[in-house]
Amino acid sequence: MKDLVILGAGTAGTMMSNHLAKRLPNDWRIRIVDQRKIHHYQPGYLFIPFGTYKEEDIIKPIQQFIPERAEYIQQSILKVDAEHNRVYLEDSRVLDYDVLIIATGTDIAPEEIDGMMGDHWHKSVFDFYTLDGAVKLHKKLENWKGGHLAVHITEMPIKCPVAPLEFTFLADAYFEQRGIRDKVKISFVTPMDGAFTKPVASAHLGHLLEEKGIEVVPNFNIMSLDGERKVITDYEGKEVSYDLLVTIPTNKGADYVERSGLGDELNFIPTHKGTLQSKAKENIFVIGDATNLPASKAGSVAHFEGEILLENIMRYINGKELLDEFDGHANCFVETGHGKALLIDFNYTHQPVSGTFPIPGVGPLNLLKESRMNHMGKMAFKWIYWNMLITGKHIPFVSSKMNEAGKNFEEANV
Amino acid sequence: MEATIAGQIIDLNNEGYLTDLNQWNKEVAAQIAQEEGIELTDGHWPVLEYLQEQYRNEVPLSIRKVGKSGVVDIKQFYALFPGGPLKKASRIAGIPKPASCI
Ligand SMILES: Cc1cc2nc3c(=O)[nH]c(=O)nc-3n(C[C@H](O)[C@H](O)[C@H](O)COP(=O)(O)OP(=O)(O)OC[C@H]3O[C@@H](n4cnc5c(N)ncnc54)[C@H](O)[C@@H]3O)c2cc1C
Repeated sequence: MKDLVILGAGTAGTMMSNHLAKRLPNDWRIRIVDQRKIHHYQPGYLFIPFGTYKEEDIIKPIQQFIPERAEYIQQSILKVDAEHNRVYLEDSRVLDYDVLIIATGTDIAPEEIDGMMGDHWHKSVFDFYTLDGAVKLHKKLENWKGGHLAVHITEMPIKCPVAPLEFTFLADAYFEQRGIRDKVKISFVTPMDGAFTKPVASAHLGHLLEEKGIEVVPNFNIMSLDGERKVITDYEGKEVSYDLLVTIPTNKGADYVERSGLGDELNFIPTHKGTLQSKAKENIFVIGDATNLPASKAGSVAHFEGEILLENIMRYINGKELLDEFDGHANCFVETGHGKALLIDFNYTHQPVSGTFPIPGVGPLNLLKESRMNHMGKMAFKWIYWNMLITGKHIPFVSSKMNEAGKNFEEANV
Repeated sequence: MEATIAGQIIDLNNEGYLTDLNQWNKEVAAQIAQEEGIELTDGHWPVLEYLQEQYRNEVPLSIRKVGKSGVVDIKQFYALFPGGPLKKASRIAGIPKPASCI
């Protein structure tokens, strides 16, 4: 009997367990570990603060999505001993493996910033990258009478890098609907040099911020937060004051990664960008948000990685050379408010492109343009997520490598 | 596009970043630094070398990473490259602008 162990049963881990259950030879055992009982549809966190989704709309039992062939172990991971091919769990169980897949994602670490945690946490300073934060922010927004809302990114990388911008657009629409938009000032505070940093995207999308009356505070690298004064300060001494701060705290990989000596300074795991093999050891592979790849940390990316990782695990166990093919393909819907969204498609080397997706030349979805169809696409993503993405089904027309047909690349050349 | 920097023809992208690190040398760095309003001193070179080394090893860069590098801390990094330290230092080091989403 040979052993394959998957750490993490979120988007990527669950998907891989389903892929592998179909392909691994019968003398392989599959075990998958997660500390949780419940799978969260994280893209849904974005809609909770505005009451579009409720908590119960975006959670389901993990076990429901794990194939029969795999054993699900609900435990916290303490440590990986890469040298001896072993995983230690909190209940003192030890799992030996021949192949390990790490898919433990990333979580927020507000304690990284001086003063961010404190009595003000989830009172005047909120996150929406956790279910708890999103639900509490919903309660706050329902009763909020107005003032200065600052939406803030602490540092890159963060998962779903467009979510803060989407949140800002949705907040603008939400306050308008409640008839208090004129009582709210909205700022977007970012460590990057603008809300959109790639030239093509800012040319196509920059106008949205102006139209919606959103002030952008660029190049702001937060050093500390003063909860009493309601002020954030950056390394150059710049200050932004707020009445309500919605921040994306530092995103870090899991703590056990650090204890196992496998991560970088944010506990992300050095990974070969084309093959998804870890740099530390040949029999450890990494997928999803847990990697240090310069690709977006998104469910769609995990999906594209999955096909290549499956192929590479099969090659690895058969002693064949790995495919060096992952191209960083990402594909994100961007909610812009008022029932509209846009769609962007890009990879390691290409900027977001205009054109259409996914059927080249035909559509139906326009890239880089606001439309109602795109919003429907975003909402339909929830169904696709539960029924196709994490269950490892092939999504028609969507391939892991970026399709260059039907897209306008000329203007993307930098 | 091409530009003449410190007497040499250098390939740049449209944001003024070198597209080929092999064309980089200290004179080129000094002139780009000047355009960014920075006079290069002994304190700058180890930072530039660190960035280039990370780039060659395909390690994505961040301000935090530089701050934990042991070469400088974040405050010193700001003091050396005021304004947008990582962006400016990357341009002077001849490596691509730090990646971000859109
Ligand atoms: C607000 C928001 C909006 C988003 N919107 C989109 C979107 O529109 N489109 C899109 O494609 N993506 C979106 N994403 C990103 C997407 O949800 C993630 O990229 C994706 O879930 C990553 O999958 P993963 O498997 O790598 O990590 P996760 O799905 O986060 O899974 C990691 C799992 O590891 C487990 N784990 C961690 N540490 C331990 C431990 N020590 N012991 C045991 N278990 C552990 C966790 O419990 C978790 O279940 C969004 C994310 C957020 C937060």
